[in-house]
Amino acid sequence: MAERERRRTPPYGGVFAARTRVMQPEEIKRAVWRMAHEIIERNHGLDGLAVVGLQTGGVWLAEDIAEALDEIEGAMPPVGTLDVAFHRDDIGLRPLLPEAPTRIPFSLDGQAVVIVDDVLYTGRTIRAALDALNSYGRPRSVQLAVMVDRGHRELPIRPDFVGKNLPTRRDEMVDARRDGVDIGEIVK
Amino acid sequence: MRHLLSVDDLGAEGIEEVCRLADHFTEVSQRPIPKVPALRGKTVAMMFCEDSTRTRLSFEMAARRLSADVMGFSVSSSSVNKGESIRDTVDTLSAMGPDAIVVRHRSAGVPQQTAAWTDASVINAGDGWHEHPTQALLDCYTIRQRLGTAAGRRILIVGDVKHSRVARSCVTAFTALGAKVTLAAPPTLLPPAVETWPVDVSFSLDAVLGDCDVVYGLRMQSERQAEALVPSLREYTAQWGLTAARADHLPPGALVMHPGPVNRGVEIASEVLDGPNATLVEQVRHGVAVRMAVLYLLLGADSGQIPPGETP
Repeated sequence: MAERERRRTPPYGGVFAARTRVMQPEEIKRAVWRMAHEIIERNHGLDGLAVVGLQTGGVWLAEDIAEALDEIEGAMPPVGTLDVAFHRDDIGLRPLLPEAPTRIPFSLDGQAVVIVDDVLYTGRTIRAALDALNSYGRPRSVQLAVMVDRGHRELPIRPDFVGKNLPTRRDEMVDARRDGVDIGEIVK
Repeated sequence: MRHLLSVDDLGAEGIEEVCRLADHFTEVSQRPIPKVPALRGKTVAMMFCEDSTRTRLSFEMAARRLSADVMGFSVSSSSVNKGESIRDTVDTLSAMGPDAIVVRHRSAGVPQQTAAWTDASVINAGDGWHEHPTQALLDCYTIRQRLGTAAGRRILIVGDVKHSRVARSCVTAFTALGAKVTLAAPPTLLPPAVETWPVDVSFSLDAVLGDCDVVYGLRMQSERQAEALVPSLREYTAQWGLTAARADHLPPGALVMHPGPVNRGVEIASEVLDGPNATLVEQVRHGVAVRMAVLYLLLGADSGQIPPGETP
């Protein structure tokens, strides 16, 4: 699970304990493959398409989706990483430090940008990401791909490409990695 | 951390944290729109009671790139000239409710005193001969960018150490990071208790020049000649200047640093300043990113505890 998620969830300073496995590695692979096809279908190919993974949890998924796109279409889209810490709306409410570098070595002007994250929850990270993308140019469209949509949105944001819809309670945590998706809790 | 008054407030870990954050702000500065909303709604007041161009501009630019509002104040246009005391100036500034006050003053200790008088975070932007912590931080960041790490590096600080707040902050910062610092200066320009500093001292620049990774030149102020601390600037340059001939004796790749403003041809020869190993322009550029990091640490990242029971 993303480090920022763990640090922000009570009991603070605890560790994630997995309770239920909800996706096996091969299911994740199939979901990535399907999402890649959906991205190509929606955008009529890969022309002017860029993939941006959110640090840190979305980066592996962005890489996997880009590789799948490459395998299907025979062309690798540009892949970037984005850390949204400086654009969050809770700066000053809690300790917030960026975790990993932002690297977008290509222009986003006129591109179709697919933002990729591991888990979609309140939508606040995505709002920050939309704000951050503005600093890099004006994409012709922005789409959202997530491995898990766990509900509980606090903002009018919805994903375009979803690996799995997963109903959860607010006190549960979802850990989505390449080697499996688990539901669990933070325990001390 | 609420204030940045001295490099000691940070320690090695704090310096590393500032450098890590500065990496992120360097990236921000390279974006087509180099501005983030991180400190929206915060106000940074500049209390500059001594002439300064680069430090002040650097802090202002850092604050603006973080979307903070900047309240300017400088001695020439302020009531300090009308005889207002520092206490009253600080009270007046504080009454306007800034979140941070950046203080530059010709007397040592003014930032410490200011911190006791205000609720705002106080950042020392240079006080007398005492400290200039953000300069030391941007120098550490520059060394880190160029040489990977400051640990184990041999850093030679040349010139007027006695009257230099930069030298004091740099010695503290460099040694905290594990660098080995040597001071090279005439005895008249060394501070009285230099033997208590964690440094080596040399009275000959030529003797130590071949054995360093960084040469850090300090500004030679012409008033020192009037005080008879050096016979003349020309003699100073002959003995202590980094001339082109001396630069040839530096190990290959050794950095030439200077906090600015530089007297071309006095501390460092013009051709050395324009050479590939001189980092003066980089130091200024890194200054903005490092000051963004300091402002963000004081006003953003560290300012709040997690409220109990809040959802992520």
